[in-house]
Amino acid sequence: MQPVPEQAGVLATGTRSFASRLLPRYAQGNVADRSYALALGAFGLAIPVLFAFIVVRVGVASWPAIQRFGLGFVGGTTWDPVAGQFGALPFIFGTLASSLLALLIAVPLSIGLAIFLTELAPRWLAAPIAFGTELLAAIPSVVYGLWAIFVLVPWLRSSIQEPVANAIGDKVGLFAGPAYGSSIMAGGVILAIMIVPFISAVSREVLAAVPVAQREAALALGATRWEMTWQVVLPYAVPGIIGAIILGLGRALGETMAITMVIGNRAEVATSLFAPGATMASVLANEFAEASDDLHLAALMSIGLLLFGITIVVNSVARFLVWRVSLRGGK
Amino acid sequence: MTAPQHAAPLDPLSFRDRRRRISSRVWLALTGVAAALTVLPLLLIFFHLLRAGLGSLNPEFFTSVPAPVGQPGGGVGNGVLGTFLLVGLAGAMGLPVAIGAGVYLAEAEGGPMANGIRFITDVMNGIPSIVIGIFVWAWVVVAMGGFSAFAGGVALAIMLLPMVTRTTEEMVRLVPREMKEGALALGFTRWRTTLGVVLPAARSGILTGVLIALARIAGETAPLLFTAFGNPFWSAGLGEPIAALPVQIFQYAISPFEEQHKQAWAASLLLIALVLAMNLAARFLIRSPYRSR
Repeated sequence: MQPVPEQAGVLATGTRSFASRLLPRYAQGNVADRSYALALGAFGLAIPVLFAFIVVRVGVASWPAIQRFGLGFVGGTTWDPVAGQFGALPFIFGTLASSLLALLIAVPLSIGLAIFLTELAPRWLAAPIAFGTELLAAIPSVVYGLWAIFVLVPWLRSSIQEPVANAIGDKVGLFAGPAYGSSIMAGGVILAIMIVPFISAVSREVLAAVPVAQREAALALGATRWEMTWQVVLPYAVPGIIGAIILGLGRALGETMAITMVIGNRAEVATSLFAPGATMASVLANEFAEASDDLHLAALMSIGLLLFGITIVVNSVARFLVWRVSLRGGK
Repeated sequence: MTAPQHAAPLDPLSFRDRRRRISSRVWLALTGVAAALTVLPLLLIFFHLLRAGLGSLNPEFFTSVPAPVGQPGGGVGNGVLGTFLLVGLAGAMGLPVAIGAGVYLAEAEGGPMANGIRFITDVMNGIPSIVIGIFVWAWVVVAMGGFSAFAGGVALAIMLLPMVTRTTEEMVRLVPREMKEGALALGFTRWRTTLGVVLPAARSGILTGVLIALARIAGETAPLLFTAFGNPFWSAGLGEPIAALPVQIFQYAISPFEEQHKQAWAASLLLIALVLAMNLAARFLIRSPYRSR
């Protein structure tokens, strides 16, 4: 659809200066319109300015730690506030491990759910299930944490961790005991429950955008319903689904309360899923309020900066992927 | 008379086709299992919330401050009030900017600055809430010399900003172009067109977005830990630490006392009811007349 040209008199003739090109076109109109355009521009600018300010403020606050430890901060395995030794690796590891575990659980479930809702479920069943997943997305993180502490973690310990650790724990390091309950595994499971609604919601949209003609063509060629879904619909939707997964990853990486309450909060690089760990977000939640000295505070700020940077990259990639798919779908 | 012969089917299913059929059924059934598994936690959470929380809900729970540690009774009245205050504060600070920025994005459409701002808004939506917490600590709390309700409001306002900006933009874009052009043709200035015609037309959609955003920040804990901080008493003013329902739940949940665990369940039930009521209000009461379908 071609945009309708702006009315004469509102759009000044001649080339527009660079500055005016940043604002809506009527920025060159009469005084009232011009000041209105400027005011709107100021509101719009508030967001990038605030964003830059967050980066600068957190960056400045973490400077003492960056200066002191340099890049070694990222690879350091010791986190000992009493001795003034600060390395972020245990937290980076914990964040990545719990988030990847969450994806491992959440991705098949979300895609299965999305397929069920778009391809299979009759309306009377699809509507309440979709509503239920939306409710899951609305539950506050701290409530997930409370439920996980008193229901999920005890169940995981007695029904999964202990039997598995007893059976194969001494052979497979990933499942080695003792079964702590509060562990990287517990963190991954609660994160999975929390990100399923997001991944499945976006996946559903992407699946629904696959043209009906594609499905009909596959069925007409004799494909079964599953072959149609697996070989025709899913490949068409893959870029968007990857975007959805990365969006879910972004959420998992930054999630704080629920995982702080169940991961066990021990600053170690653990090799067992059943051992406690800590994430970048959880160490902030636990230690920031009682950070004893300036270096400790700066080290925590650096962790915040690192987490900030990682989530910016992850979210930018996800936005780009989803945006590209929606462009394609629109044509 | 001979019994009717059963004719052989015209196109007998080969073994391979039979297998394909069965595998299709099995995989589709598995997607149903996936759907059931994703809904299961929701049912379990509600079940446990009701079972463990319902018993502690009584008038005292809503009206009084927490009992001293180890003593039964007490309530979360200060937390409920604090949450409302913080959300109100965040709305007062964040909503005007967010709606202004949303209108800007809708009006500037595809300009270079608008595209950049749109992208940064989306990225900002993904900033972990704990990072916003430490930023506001480094900025407001350090400047004010201590934890305060004001700092908590600022933190929640920053969370609100990108969410409401984007929904406002979408809703303003749904307003038919003809309405705007009609107003302009009648000689309205741009700002009167926006304030008098476009925003009222988009009002219900924007309100929906605002309600959902407020519901989300009402349940936030992480940005409040180092800003509003929490307070076991009724708080006195904007310059003092203030209690908030999610922060109370967190503190009770990790405490060693049985009595506080009970309070955490009841407070969670209350918080969920609050958040869901706002979400449902957004969903059922208000519908944009211009939303497609």
